[in-house]
Amino acid sequence: MKYSYFPGCSQEGSALDYGKSTGAVCAALGITLRDIPTWSCCGSTPAHAVDEELSAALCARNLDIAAKDGADMVVTPCPSCLSNLRAALYRMRDDHFRERVNELLDEPASEKLPDATSVMQLIGRLHDAEDIGKRVVKPLKGIKIAPYYGCLMSRPAKIMEFGDPENPVLMETILAACGAEIIDFPLKTVCCGAASGIPERSLTALNSGRILALATDMGADVIAVACPLCQMNLDLRQKQAAKAMNRLFDMPVMYFTQLMGLAMNIAPENLGIEQLCVSPRAVLAKFAANNGGGK
Amino acid sequence: MNEIHLNRARDPAFIKETEERSGQDIGTCYQCGNCTAGCPAAFVYDRQVNQIMRGVQLGLKDQVLSSVSLWYCLSCSMCTLRCPNNIDVAGVMETLRHMAREQGYITAPKMEKFWMSFLDTVRAFGRTYEVGTMALYMMRSLRLGTDLDLAPAALKLRKLPFIPHAATAATGRIIERYMKRAEKEGKRK
Ligand code: SF4
Ligand code: SF4
Repeated sequence: MKYSYFPGCSQEGSALDYGKSTGAVCAALGITLRDIPTWSCCGSTPAHAVDEELSAALCARNLDIAAKDGADMVVTPCPSCLSNLRAALYRMRDDHFRERVNELLDEPASEKLPDATSVMQLIGRLHDAEDIGKRVVKPLKGIKIAPYYGCLMSRPAKIMEFGDPENPVLMETILAACGAEIIDFPLKTVCCGAASGIPERSLTALNSGRILALATDMGADVIAVACPLCQMNLDLRQKQAAKAMNRLFDMPVMYFTQLMGLAMNIAPENLGIEQLCVSPRAVLAKFAANNGGGK
Repeated sequence: MNEIHLNRARDPAFIKETEERSGQDIGTCYQCGNCTAGCPAAFVYDRQVNQIMRGVQLGLKDQVLSSVSLWYCLSCSMCTLRCPNNIDVAGVMETLRHMAREQGYITAPKMEKFWMSFLDTVRAFGRTYEVGTMALYMMRSLRLGTDLDLAPAALKLRKLPFIPHAATAATGRIIERYMKRAEKEGKRK
């Protein structure tokens, strides 16, 4: 199986830390990620909000390059990119739709395009819990994690095929294998407000606020995420959410790959931990104390 | 409250177009309200998602297509998941938004401006970066000051990406072809 990596634009901007930690964890697990040469934006929410053929064309360009590069599977860390790539593949099964998409491309897309999956699913497919457990050097013992997938990873179910659309469990499986204590978090696939933070702040502030409030009330030390947009809404916009909820939050929001990386004894600077907006110092202190104190 | 004369307002072609383009049998909606109960954007909607579904059933084109809800929908698919009749409600919302846009019902211009600013960034750079989108959006909407409170924290963590020329050129061509085609087909670009 040959995998091609679609980093997604956020990996070069707001989610540098997600990219870094994904790379470090995959390398440690023996998974080689090679970028799709000259990859370009999938169009994100705006493209499909405006027109699904445009969205599919922006995705098809990347899928086509991956196909010509011999890839069987495109892997991306970002649920929003994944959702667009998979929606494009799904809709392009229809000949008329495919033709309309091809009209927008420099040349028609290859007949057979590679399937698309998430980094999380790839890790889960290649390494079961036992296998991940074996690679844990410093378990996340005593760290209470609220797993938060966001709404795109598992929905729409017919396109995403990510297990139960309201109650996926892959992230829990992976983080439990790293020794963490997992909170049964009811809001794990409820939307954080997505990309509407810029044009309509109340949508992100209130929805993210509810997630932060429940995680706090349930005693979480940290929220684990897989989506750059969720991360930004919960972390960078945490003060806006606090204002909407009329309370204070001090809730670190880390990528699941950063948490995995810590457990696998990858140095924090290779996981982009210093890039988080809300400091995870309490998590790191607990982590250090439970692994022989100090650093 | 506004008065609707069902005998006059009903537009059967609108019902048909919505059902065909979304591929959904909207007639099966029995107004249970599950979609609305789980909708994270409900608090900014002028018409709730179940009301929109009812509006489509009744063929109330004007009422439906002028709703700001179409623009605030987050595409989170919670409604689709919870619909007991397996209607892809989120898909219907997306279809309606496309129809509204094509026909010039832009009732939440700031949302459209934001999306178009994003696409401008993609067209110009092949990839997007938040700072670029934000700057273009502010120019379009003159909402100077939007999110400026985030700038210090954000800039501390960010840098501009290097983008290969091939990515830029190819996406630019895709978006240009799309714009041309939309214009030819009489849709809003
Ligand atoms: S959940 Fe389905 S049946 Fe119930 S009101 Fe919404 S669209 Fe209609
Ligand atoms: S997809 Fe849109 S209408 Fe449906 S629940 Fe989410 S925000 Fe509400």
